[in-house]
Amino acid sequence: MLHNLSIGELADRLAAKQISSVELTRHFLGRIERLNPRLNALITLTAEQALDSAAAADRRLAAGERGRLLGIPLIHKDIFCTDGVRTSCGSRMLDNFIAPYDATIVTRLKSAGAVMLGKANMDEFAMGSSNETSYYGPVKNPWDTTKVPGGSSGGSAAALAARLAPFSTGTDTGGSIRQPAALTGVTGVKPTYGRVSRYGMIAFASSLDQAGVFARTAADAATVLQIMAGFDPKDSTSVDTPVPDYPALLDAPLKGLRIGLLREFFDGLETRNAALIHEALRVYTSLGADTAEVSLPHLPLSVPTYYVVAPAECSSNLSRFDGVRFGYRCPAPADLSDLYKRSRGEGFGAEVKRRIMTGTYVLSAGYFDAYYLKAQKVRRLITDDFRAAFQKVDMLVGPTTPTPAFAIGAKIDDPVTMYLNDIYTIGANLAGLPGLSVPCGFVDGLPMGLQLIGPHFSEARLLGAAHQFQRATTWHGHTPGGYE
Amino acid sequence: MADWEVVIGLEIHAQLATKSKIFSGSATAYGAAPNSQANLVDLAYPGVLPVLNAAAVRMAVKFGLAIGARIARRSIFARKNYFYPDLPKGYQISQYEHPVVGKGSLSVMLDDGMLKTIGVTRAHLEEDAGKSLHEGLANASGIDLNRAGTPLLEIVSEPDMRSAKEAVAYMKKIHTLVRYLEICDGNMQEGSFRCDANVSVRPRGAEKFGTRAEVKNLNSFRFVEKAIQHEVARQIELIESGGTVVQETRLYDSDKNETRSMRSKEEANDYRYFPDPDLLPVEIDEEFIDAVRATLPELPDEKAARFARDFGLSAYDSGVLCASRDLGAYFEAVVRALGATHASQTHAKLAANWVMGELSSALNRDNLDIAASRVSPAALGGLLARVEDATISGKIAKDVFDTMWSEGKAADAIIEAQGLKQITDSGAIEGVIDAVIAANPKQLADYRGGKDKLFGFFVGQVMKATGGKANPAQLNELLKAKLAGGEEPV
Repeated sequence: MLHNLSIGELADRLAAKQISSVELTRHFLGRIERLNPRLNALITLTAEQALDSAAAADRRLAAGERGRLLGIPLIHKDIFCTDGVRTSCGSRMLDNFIAPYDATIVTRLKSAGAVMLGKANMDEFAMGSSNETSYYGPVKNPWDTTKVPGGSSGGSAAALAARLAPFSTGTDTGGSIRQPAALTGVTGVKPTYGRVSRYGMIAFASSLDQAGVFARTAADAATVLQIMAGFDPKDSTSVDTPVPDYPALLDAPLKGLRIGLLREFFDGLETRNAALIHEALRVYTSLGADTAEVSLPHLPLSVPTYYVVAPAECSSNLSRFDGVRFGYRCPAPADLSDLYKRSRGEGFGAEVKRRIMTGTYVLSAGYFDAYYLKAQKVRRLITDDFRAAFQKVDMLVGPTTPTPAFAIGAKIDDPVTMYLNDIYTIGANLAGLPGLSVPCGFVDGLPMGLQLIGPHFSEARLLGAAHQFQRATTWHGHTPGGYE
Repeated sequence: MADWEVVIGLEIHAQLATKSKIFSGSATAYGAAPNSQANLVDLAYPGVLPVLNAAAVRMAVKFGLAIGARIARRSIFARKNYFYPDLPKGYQISQYEHPVVGKGSLSVMLDDGMLKTIGVTRAHLEEDAGKSLHEGLANASGIDLNRAGTPLLEIVSEPDMRSAKEAVAYMKKIHTLVRYLEICDGNMQEGSFRCDANVSVRPRGAEKFGTRAEVKNLNSFRFVEKAIQHEVARQIELIESGGTVVQETRLYDSDKNETRSMRSKEEANDYRYFPDPDLLPVEIDEEFIDAVRATLPELPDEKAARFARDFGLSAYDSGVLCASRDLGAYFEAVVRALGATHASQTHAKLAANWVMGELSSALNRDNLDIAASRVSPAALGGLLARVEDATISGKIAKDVFDTMWSEGKAADAIIEAQGLKQITDSGAIEGVIDAVIAANPKQLADYRGGKDKLFGFFVGQVMKATGGKANPAQLNELLKAKLAGGEEPV
């Protein structure tokens, strides 16, 4: 079936004219129509536009043009601005917001000929780990629809797991790509901070946000990242360093690769989860890698650090949603203050408000030093820990999440428990490091993820290690029942 | 009043003359239709990001170098968070703890001719906000975001000024400087140059500063002076009647000439400053600073010193001529035009007098900038050359200048056409004197009888007869001789 083919295989068929992009697009649109009602993975479907883009891709193909993503469908997380298409960020605040421009990554993928099928559901303003904070309702995990798909990019991940598109985009501020990738059994890549432009991606926590990709394999992810990555003059924090040819480097030998096991990641890790990670390590050993245990003493502080830094930035980033120029405006405001209070009070959901309040508090006079500055110091220590670890090893390996997907509703009323779900992923964001998650087995019939974290701009090595792991294993090939 | 010492510090906002905004590519021109110069970044649309305009940094560094300030090798943009409709992001991007320009100073000349050094604490880059419009909108406010994101350099002084006049002198000095550096057009009506004044009073001799009030948004030199004078009087009166000054922000009302409270310290916003994560620290290296240094023009103080030295002008005249770069350039061009034929300091003084006198009055009368002068420096030089070579008198020259100004003709053409060439032929002047004396025997007798004042009468008669063209010096000499003369008129 078309939806089980890799991006490379689809590109070959498009090039050989065995299928057209319009046919491929119709195939996935049909699947979305049929399967998405169970999952709620998409907020907006752009079928008509998709068919137009596909037809355009077919014309380019007919003219002899070839490209790795030319004519390949995708789903964008609804955090990326898409010209003329509603960009809701999972919030009532932007339910009526038609973006007047394309995010840089949207432009890049569009130019490459990729075909947008629609916009994926997500936690409101990317604040959440379960996709339950979305104004558009929770996304369900295709492996078990009573379970969450993870978040915040839960819609992108669930859509991939259900084979609703060959790839999808996501963003990762504290684990929002890697954690849902793990919980839905797909491959998710969070690049180095600055590797992919943030322009047009609605900001949550600017110093942590990074756009990335969901694909079924590391090889597919490499193909997509190749197009997404690169310097953007519109984003001052994007880094002007050449983008390696990721797909070409996938098979670089792992012999002699030094893999570090993070002691802190295994403290208290559930046995069956730990067993999967150790099994993955045996795979790497068999591929010629060496393993060593390393420690990042400050890593256990990453969750509290994150929950100061991220809310602080979000409290400021979300100030622009004031009911004045775009987005939700309360009916019949009495005066300016009423306009602000009700537009924001009614437009934002509970978790977003919680974080705005937390962030406002930690930046306030009298608390700034104790919270914000302290968190910045700890952030530096955590970064230094990683730097020291990468003197000894080339990459760090561990679990992506402490547990498999949990039940919808199980943690939503307990923010701290919910926040602890990101305990293994947040460190990479605080240090700006690239990380990815690949399927590494099942616990209770639910997929688990293996996380790889590398030094800055080591995406090629991480993707290569993930690819060769997938050549040696079959976990990434499993498809949830009903979506084969 | 004598018992109180006034302490003033100014925060001057100079709008930088960049073509585009500080963090977006929108134009910064004044007066465009509302919101026609506001792009998605200025409107703070979801997902947009700021990108620093390097031209704004260069201008800030240029200012820093001109006041001998330390240029920070690393400066940081922070967010100042508050809600207001003309602030689209809900925060202003500004430099807070790490400004690009550190401590510097400049000297101002006080009324008594003494120089006083005023310290500049810092100067930092920030973006301007938009404007709320209330006129012509029933029950609603409009917002014009054209100005949002316009680069500002906020220049913060030390509390070094001791009177409203000193504050104005300092503000004028900064005004001159930013225009010299061509980093700000200095247009105060359009708000390109404005200031807030921190004013306090303390008993003379006290070490501790009094509690200050900040008087906001003063956009003319006159308002600065009046607002400070008013605020000083208010504070003294308040303290002397047993009250205490509270720290607050006050607004100057130029119609009523009073300041009134806007908000007290307690009501002040908690701006929750933190480094803007969308912008990298601004790293400035020696090479950058050297490149900016190379673009520095001759500064006002240097130029004034040179004028005094080379042209023998007084410190006051030099200062006036150097108040703007264009005026100084105009003056020098006049001197050059004259200099082709004359080589002494006298023509420089003549040029200075004319530039500060006739030319400045004409410019003021027609409300023109020196750059828009109807008489070019070369043309003025042409006129003054005729004064120096005695073709026309200084008095006639003023009439010729008026004609040049209104008709745009060259001095020589006007002198020729109107036959204004001075009569310097002794015989011709003598002839007229003789005729005048002959026609006025009574006055001659009175003069010789001791009524010296009648000398002026005879000068007037001769001038009248010659249409004012008799060379005054020659006339004086010849007339004196003839009147004294012994020799009876023929």
